Amino acid sequence: MQIHIHNLTKTFGPLRANDAISLEFAAGQIHGVLGENGAGKSTLMKLLSGFLRRDAGEVRLDGRPVRLASPAEALRAGVGMIHQDPLDVPAFTALENFYCASPRAAMPSLSAARRMLSELAERLEFTVAPDSPVSGLTMGQRQQLEIMRLLACGARVLILDEPTTGITAAQAVALFAALRRLAAEGKTVLFVSHKLDEVAALCQTVSVLRAGRVVGTQMPVPQPHERLLTMMFGQAQPEPDAGAVSTTPVEQTPVPAEQPPVWQLADITLRQGALTLSNLTLEIRAGTVLGLAGLEGSGQQLLLRLLAGQLRPPVGQLRLNGVDMTGASMPAMREAGVHFLPADRLAEGLVGAFSLTDHAALLNRSRFLLDRRTAVAEARTAIADYDIRATPDTPIEALSGGNQQRALLALLPEWCAGLLMEQPTRGLDVTSAHAVWQRLLARRNAGTALVFASAELDELLEYSDYIIVFFAGRVSRPLARSELNETRLAELIGGIGFENARSSRTDAA
Amino acid sequence: MPGQAEQTQHNEAQLERQAWGTEDRMAESAGPGAARLRGLKSGVLTALVALAGAFLFTTLVLLVTDVSPLAAFQLILFDAFSTPIKRADMIMLAAPLLLCAAGLTLTFSVGLYNLGIEGQIVLGAVFAMIPLRLLPDLSPLLLWFLAFGAGALGGALWALIAALLKLYGQVSEIFAGLGLNFLATGIALYLVFGPWKRPGVASMSGTEPLPEALWLPTLEGLRLAPAAPIIALLALLLVWIVLDHSRWGLSVRATGLNPAAATRLGVPAGRRLMEALCGCGALAGIVGALQVLAVFHSLVPNISSGLGLLALLIVLLVQWRPAWVLPVVLIFAIFSRGSFSLPLRLSIDSSISGVLQGALVLFALLARGLLRR
Repeated sequence: MQIHIHNLTKTFGPLRANDAISLEFAAGQIHGVLGENGAGKSTLMKLLSGFLRRDAGEVRLDGRPVRLASPAEALRAGVGMIHQDPLDVPAFTALENFYCASPRAAMPSLSAARRMLSELAERLEFTVAPDSPVSGLTMGQRQQLEIMRLLACGARVLILDEPTTGITAAQAVALFAALRRLAAEGKTVLFVSHKLDEVAALCQTVSVLRAGRVVGTQMPVPQPHERLLTMMFGQAQPEPDAGAVSTTPVEQTPVPAEQPPVWQLADITLRQGALTLSNLTLEIRAGTVLGLAGLEGSGQQLLLRLLAGQLRPPVGQLRLNGVDMTGASMPAMREAGVHFLPADRLAEGLVGAFSLTDHAALLNRSRFLLDRRTAVAEARTAIADYDIRATPDTPIEALSGGNQQRALLALLPEWCAGLLMEQPTRGLDVTSAHAVWQRLLARRNAGTALVFASAELDELLEYSDYIIVFFAGRVSRPLARSELNETRLAELIGGIGFENARSSRTDAA
Repeated sequence: MPGQAEQTQHNEAQLERQAWGTEDRMAESAGPGAARLRGLKSGVLTALVALAGAFLFTTLVLLVTDVSPLAAFQLILFDAFSTPIKRADMIMLAAPLLLCAAGLTLTFSVGLYNLGIEGQIVLGAVFAMIPLRLLPDLSPLLLWFLAFGAGALGGALWALIAALLKLYGQVSEIFAGLGLNFLATGIALYLVFGPWKRPGVASMSGTEPLPEALWLPTLEGLRLAPAAPIIALLALLLVWIVLDHSRWGLSVRATGLNPAAATRLGVPAGRRLMEALCGCGALAGIVGALQVLAVFHSLVPNISSGLGLLALLIVLLVQWRPAWVLPVVLIFAIFSRGSFSLPLRLSIDSSISGVLQGALVLFALLARGLLRR
């Protein structure tokens, strides 16, 4: 299905998120859409899939003007979108999700739906068991389910928003193969990303957005990376190699061994659902960065939430700064200087309807009555320091993902004993990610212990002093960065040679 | 299913607040003047749509029942001002409504729908009776203080039960509130017909009336006890300061909007929930005490007279903004008092003011929803 976009415009208050965008996507191809955070990619895709309504402009599918007033209408017209966080019903099984929102003509009965699901799964080489509950599926499987559902509903245009975030490498390979197959069958695939390699590997054309406008239109792939980066970021183009970007890189000094431990775990056993971490003994010292690697759901989140005080270990002891804090609550941990930055910023990170000023006022504990002026000043400082694209009074939910992440970091107190992060640079472009890490490393050098989970091998290897690999609930000892390279780390994450990296008692980190 | 319904309602309330916040603040970035203008514009528009819709709908109802709408509206709108007595009654109606609505802005802010407010009023009245019955020889001034204090305590305790059920029993405050309302009415009935019954006969008309010395003093020839509006306005002022201008209020709103994020940011969310609910319960308890001291002068089974439910309707309009409570409560009180004259003058039931009030809220919500799109 061919897509014509003409002068498409969407504004949020004073912000022109999409400014007279005109693009054309041919059928039977995979089209990459690139842009830094806040460039307007997600807005454009939500306009196409009916999640947002356009202010002006026109969209034609196969030459026919379409209204796209709602996701259902867009899907009837043939456009389906797979969101970064799949929109499904976690309490339902895969089959029920597949069945419940489909048009009756496509699936007259549950058994027909089951047949259709297994056919689609076989054709696309996906691995979704029809009867497993969605809450038990990985992000990658939920994505696969969503793709199959949209196809069953008659989608001829598939829009994928940062689809490789949070899924495993193997799932990404399967996804790419499936997308190529679908394109070969005549479907149009729009692939939104800021990862240049993926676009180069997958797409036939690439378009680039910057600040709500189109700066590169349906260019054939391959394109030189430098050219694309210039388009994405403007003339002041950053190096793609993160290590060389900043003019004043924070030095990665080796950690002196005498730094005191922040967390000490002794023989901790932790259970959640089917996952068990057992006999966890670990020291995490001040002034170190500990990276948590592993396939999604291998136990990293369990460890992070244990360290944050969100999970109470049934067995074992947890000491913080030398004090026994086994089973302490999150507020108690916070009081002791432990801060947690969740991956889902709007769900448990920040209050979406509150502005930076509101957050600053909330965190300022000095007086009973609110001091609006100080709070605004603090918000302005945060905006300047972290280059947040917002006014002090913009609600957080109106910011782009990258800006939300910067706001999350900007609101941390000046000093923390320990910082726990899930996917700290999820959804950030290269420059933003680098800027964020420079600040995190500065905190490390000031003596904070940093623990982060990430799905990006580069990020883990670039910034960690030690890495712990999780494999199906089993935990490696802390591996010094010098012990690892990308290949070795990838093998460990896949469980290859995992036993050698295990040792019952370690206190290296 | 009920849990889901509650969740939906909760989410809607959240969305509502978020949408309003968004609108206000987005406009602010274009300059504070423009923001005020825009906020005013949408506010005025909502009010106009609500008023037009409500009056049109009520007109239809009146026409169907063969009553002249003009005559009816004239009574509803202006009769409350026609005599000093009616003006006084209108104020005595507004005072408890103010207290309840002010309290409900607290629970609305923290994300709770305090359906249990009726029971909290009843328990306030019951508790207020305790010092009045036990220590009748104290000076009236001291007894009034004791009665109001006991009333506030009773309401707060009743609300605390709902809060504890919510926090530790995973019971929705809506269901807990409903259950506790029935329980409270049961307690009042038991007392009126049991231990506190009038010497001789027990009767629905309540317990033995208080000695006149203990009635809250009223203005000469009127039923207006000046203490009632004074207490109500003070309470409203307090709620406004606390909710709009204190860090506590901000943390209450943060809890209401996103408890997980609020907890992460260091807000004791559970405690805020309890404090807001108990604050509302205390104000409702004061209403109970007022009903005893200034209106019924005894404990009657129907002591709350539906005031709490009417206040819930009002809070649907004002949401978490206490500054709007006073004008809306006055309008509702004017309608209610004005409609008391309907049976006498036009021989229709006074409940037509309820139709008008309900339609007003529904049309305001409708206008708000449409403006948001």
